[in-house]
Amino acid sequence: MDMFLDILVAVLLVLGCLMSLIAGIGLLTFPDLLTRMHAATKPQVLGFLLIFAGLAIHLRSWLIVPALIVAWAMQLLTAPVSAHMIGRSGYRTKHAKKETLFSDELHQVLDEVSAAPATGPIPVAKPSRAERRQGAPGEAD
Amino acid sequence: MIEIVAWICGIMLSLGAIACVIRVIKGPSILDRVLGLDVLLLIISAGLCVDMAVNRHTDYLLFVVAACTIGFVGSVTVSRYVSDKRNA
Repeated sequence: MDMFLDILVAVLLVLGCLMSLIAGIGLLTFPDLLTRMHAATKPQVLGFLLIFAGLAIHLRSWLIVPALIVAWAMQLLTAPVSAHMIGRSGYRTKHAKKETLFSDELHQVLDEVSAAPATGPIPVAKPSRAERRQGAPGEAD
Repeated sequence: MIEIVAWICGIMLSLGAIACVIRVIKGPSILDRVLGLDVLLLIISAGLCVDMAVNRHTDYLLFVVAACTIGFVGSVTVSRYVSDKRNA
């Protein structure tokens, strides 16, 4: 049993560290900010899950499991926040190569927003209250 | 057996960290550099976890939890203030 657990720990730790190596290689070789972000998320979730599992099994202790779960859950919660902010800034500062995208729905929305007057409201597809009142018969006065 | 694992993990983490540093140095934009530093923090946390496993202690557990919890603040702050100067 001990031998089996040792082999399991070895496999988990090596795979978790392999995720870090993959992230480094991806950061070096991918051509674009968005593709590099894809590579950078590899150790954040799967790598830490494997390493934390290996650590808890190797120490044979339930005491550190809640702390590791908290660390992993916080990583899971905060990784999308930073990814969203980096992607947003990268798109708006033209660092993302738009010719490599397959679909670009944000472009249309940004065009509509920038076509609106600077201080006015953002145009939406829904008709405003005044237009609905004018369109309805018998409610003009 | 755990010593062999420590060597393999150490080599892989070191190569990943070197790649991150190269990306931070080369990075064409500040967002690439922030991304590289983010991954570097993750690799340091992973290295501390491996060290805890190899030497059988839990001294670095608090740092790992804190780094996982507030590690995103840096990249969010930097990318918040990166804006397009032509439209601003």
